[in-house]
Amino acid sequence: MIKKILSLVLLLSALATSAQETTSSPQMADAFRSEGKIYVVIAVIAIIFIALVAFLITIERNVKKLEKQINKD
Amino acid sequence: MKHWYKIIAVILILYTLVWGLLNDVPRLDILNETIRNVYYHVPIWFAMLFMMSVSVVQSILTLTKNKLDNDAKAYNAALVGFFFSIPGLTTGSIWAKYTWGTWWTFQDPKLNGVAISILIYLAYFILRFSVDDELKRARISAVYNVFAFVMMNVFIMILPRLTDSLHPGNGGNPAFAKYDMDSSMRMVFYPAVIGWILFGYWLFEIKNRISFIKNKIHD
Repeated sequence: MIKKILSLVLLLSALATSAQETTSSPQMADAFRSEGKIYVVIAVIAIIFIALVAFLITIERNVKKLEKQINKD
Repeated sequence: MKHWYKIIAVILILYTLVWGLLNDVPRLDILNETIRNVYYHVPIWFAMLFMMSVSVVQSILTLTKNKLDNDAKAYNAALVGFFFSIPGLTTGSIWAKYTWGTWWTFQDPKLNGVAISILIYLAYFILRFSVDDELKRARISAVYNVFAFVMMNVFIMILPRLTDSLHPGNGGNPAFAKYDMDSSMRMVFYPAVIGWILFGYWLFEIKNRISFIKNKIHD
């Protein structure tokens, strides 16, 4: 009797696990993220954005210089 | 402290660039990871709409105050808004290719509306270049800009909601709930919208200062 119950439990648990495997969730970039290298991409994006902002700031400084020159004249 | 909004803009955008790729997003078929485009593609359009609103306010001020300064500001705001619409269109096109399966579909009223709106604003720029007299140019283009803004809102805000649209939140049910955004997504989406609007305002301010210098040199 115990053997029967035990085998039933094992069977059910096996079914449960296989059922979990078959219900596929939508594909996400899990592997990509688990490797941890997504940080590299983020760093690249952030550096590009910071560089653009730095460029914008230098443009703004040039504009400021021109404004000062014009106000002098 | 007149630089505060620029600092906030940069911090908010940087935050969305980093956290937008790291945070958990709803797992949805077809969309998959591209749901993260909501953090980058949509705020660009919000910034565009904001700049066009600034532009129309400046145009109305041009008509009421009769000042050329406001006309230059209206033009600069429209230019920055136009500048935002180009990455908005291309990013939307790429996103559409991988989710709707096509670069462009004429079935979607929002895409057609955006295309028409961009042409309307192109006509605004052409109109400006074709009038030589400064005061005349200011008044004519201000009147046209009010018309352009109304038409843009009809084409991209109203018409897509009256018919069916592939865009979420359109097609008879305008609601943010339909974006399939959970609270963790909102934590990135709203800062992104604010960040890009402030960034657009920064570009607008630099453009204004340059046109002010140009005017001084011409005088």
